[in-house]
Amino acid sequence: MQRGELPTWVDVGLIPLINLTIAFIVAGLVVLIIGENPFQAIWILLSTPLSSLSGWFNIIYYATNFIFTGLCVAVAFHAGLFNIGGEGQAYIGGLGAATPGLLIGGVLASALPFWVSQPITLLLCLIASFAIGALWGWFPGYLQAKRGSHIVITTIMLNYITSSVMVYMINMVFRPVGKMAVESRAIDDAYIMNAREIGRVIGLKLPASPLNPGLFVALAAAWGVWYLLWRTKLGYEIRAVGANMDASIYAGINPSRIIMITMAISGGLAGLMAFHEVLGAQHRLVLEYVQGAGFVGIAVALMGRSHPLGIVLAALLFGLLYQGGTELSFANQNINRDMVVVIQGLVILFMGALEQTFRPYLAAVFAKVE
Amino acid sequence: MTTPAIELIGIDKRFGAVHANIDVNLTIAQGSIHGIIGENGAGKSTLMSILFGFYHADKGEIKVKGQPVRIKSSTDAISHGIGMVHQHFMLVEPFTVLENVILGAEGGALIGPALAKARASLKHLSDEYELDVDPDALIADLPVGLQQRVEILKALYKGAEVLILDEPTGVLTPAEADHLFRILKTLRDEGKTVILITHKLREIMAITDQVSVMRRGEVVANFATKDTNVEQLAEAMVGRRVLLRVDKTPAKPGDVLLDVRNVTWRDKNKVARVDNVSFTVRKGEIVGIAGVSGNGQSELLDVITGITKAASGEVFFKGEDVAAIDDAGELRRRGMAHVPEDRHHRGLITSFSAAESAILGYQYAPDLGKGFRLDRDAVIKRVRREMEEFDVRPPDPFLKSAKFSGGNQQKIILAREIGSNPDLLVIGQPTRGVDIGAIEFIHRRIIALRDAGKAILLVSVELDEIRSLSDRILVMFAGRVMGERGPDATEGDLGLLMAGVSKEAA
Repeated sequence: MQRGELPTWVDVGLIPLINLTIAFIVAGLVVLIIGENPFQAIWILLSTPLSSLSGWFNIIYYATNFIFTGLCVAVAFHAGLFNIGGEGQAYIGGLGAATPGLLIGGVLASALPFWVSQPITLLLCLIASFAIGALWGWFPGYLQAKRGSHIVITTIMLNYITSSVMVYMINMVFRPVGKMAVESRAIDDAYIMNAREIGRVIGLKLPASPLNPGLFVALAAAWGVWYLLWRTKLGYEIRAVGANMDASIYAGINPSRIIMITMAISGGLAGLMAFHEVLGAQHRLVLEYVQGAGFVGIAVALMGRSHPLGIVLAALLFGLLYQGGTELSFANQNINRDMVVVIQGLVILFMGALEQTFRPYLAAVFAKVE
Repeated sequence: MTTPAIELIGIDKRFGAVHANIDVNLTIAQGSIHGIIGENGAGKSTLMSILFGFYHADKGEIKVKGQPVRIKSSTDAISHGIGMVHQHFMLVEPFTVLENVILGAEGGALIGPALAKARASLKHLSDEYELDVDPDALIADLPVGLQQRVEILKALYKGAEVLILDEPTGVLTPAEADHLFRILKTLRDEGKTVILITHKLREIMAITDQVSVMRRGEVVANFATKDTNVEQLAEAMVGRRVLLRVDKTPAKPGDVLLDVRNVTWRDKNKVARVDNVSFTVRKGEIVGIAGVSGNGQSELLDVITGITKAASGEVFFKGEDVAAIDDAGELRRRGMAHVPEDRHHRGLITSFSAAESAILGYQYAPDLGKGFRLDRDAVIKRVRREMEEFDVRPPDPFLKSAKFSGGNQQKIILAREIGSNPDLLVIGQPTRGVDIGAIEFIHRRIIALRDAGKAILLVSVELDEIRSLSDRILVMFAGRVMGERGPDATEGDLGLLMAGVSKEAA
């Protein structure tokens, strides 16, 4: 074993656990400062969502979004690119998710029976949300590959641009005339039923939650990313570029091409988050529906070691934190929504930004033990 | 007997499963030049890193001038009068010589006083040891030989009594190396102690007083240099008798396969790094390009193998001009294989498994999967076959590339490139950082490929290697080909060409 290398179980198990524990300790201190009982708060945060079926459904619903954005970050990581524009790519993807349903969903629905038109429209929505997200990822990829503009800068700047573009689009283009709320009309012709509605169809009584079959799209995407990266020539080239640019050029790989393709795939995966959220949960195009999922994706990808399986598990953990946070703000009036954001932020900080902090110490410990 | 400068007693160091130093005992006499020789991975560098405070020994004791000391960091080492000149220089390029010398010894918020003091003592040091360097020159403007001198000055300025040099001649011309050796001898005569780490047997014979041989983490032999010879040292290093020269029959060259005409390549500052170079390589011959590292060989290889485009000139490969192709994959498909000079940065991807590294550049080979798919089983099968043929150890396709020794990494690359059955093999530094046992093997494979009628273009900074393998030798200096020689050219003759002195020009 080389210096600084750790056994796999430490790398994927112990380190995340230590990071999480420390995040909770610091979060506990914050709770203590505002005069509340940290143990009680953390107990509510972790146990309440897990003790009811509706809690589980919500966790999985949140996790679905995080899988998409986590995969988005991970794919780019493998090419050595830090795509922090998942937030914007997921947001703009909403245009792709909403437009087919609003524009041609009705035409299809009037010409074809319901059970034919809906799947076709949904498929178009799926493709369009991926395509729009991909375009939004490709663009910084192009700037990086051809102009040398750093991807971290361009993707984060694009997040702001996206935000304004979407306000404009929803307000000026998608909002029906005369409607007060800044949102599109309901997208009834591309409607993904949630778990409760599906349960009702098959005669099963399920709790209310936004959980919907978009989950399976997320799981398929996770499998697809795994297959792409480790079983295809393109994936091999993506990983080669990420691991060693000089060796890639030596191998006849065109890094500019790979960077652009990878960023398109990455953005497309974020775009799929819009498909799930807009059509499965909101059923209309609304403002700010991404709600930080793009940034959570960074933490999810880091914690999941950029491996699809790890990402699914990390996404579930963050789903738990999100649902737990909501429960906590209900249970304790003093711990309001902002407080919960602080706690989540701390977890992301320790999981993401401080990811490497404890590694050297552990490596030293293990070097001694060995 | 006087107190030794350094005593290492029972030094033991493990990195996980690797036992890098096993109960090493070493005594280095005051005022001597002590060589430490051994193959790559024998533990020389680890041992010196322990002495210089980069690593801590798990067990053992270090004595400096008879006093037991604990060296926890390089600062400790320096305070005990130990200085080190690394293989890769630790200099700040945009700084002047003076600024580099005081680096880490600025002594306060203002650097004025330190600079003045350094200027005075630098003058003193250069007079004393023939270490002339302009204190106000920028490091970036200095040739490597002088940069190395700055490293030595840095160590002496900080009060080094014991100077460790790690593979110091790898980047020097024979003449520069001779100058370095003169400096080292002066240092010794002034009472300093020099520890020279190298894998070059000739250097050991040329300047050391004592030599210790390391093998697999142990010191296996100590000799007084005057009582030993190259064969004995080589045998101690490898643990068996070694053939230092390769047996080969005269070449039977065929048609011209590679024809390089007036190729020039400029860097981003428009400096011609490859300057109007012309030569040919025929089937069934090995053409060697000698030269000190950094004289345009690397850039020439890049142009020929399609990693970059020539600024002007033509490269005919199998009769077609390929100078405008900057796609290494395209040239590979046309039958040009390339073993790059730098295997860690080019030849393989250290974080990939051996199997994945072993298909680098051939990921689109039709037998490795249809369409976009990469067929894992086919890859593993191919790699297992190559590993067996080239005796890669361990023969494990799933092991990370970084975990193979230098020699075995090189064998993985050679297996890949030779296995592609190329018409031309372009090979850079085939045995850099490769242990002697593997060198023999690699040399034999290269000659076998030549005897099979393939063309081979060899670039190496090891003159011995060039002379023992090549059928024709070209020498490059400052981007130009200084001359061509036969395989029987003397070292002195080639050395002059390498230093840019050409009889043809004179």
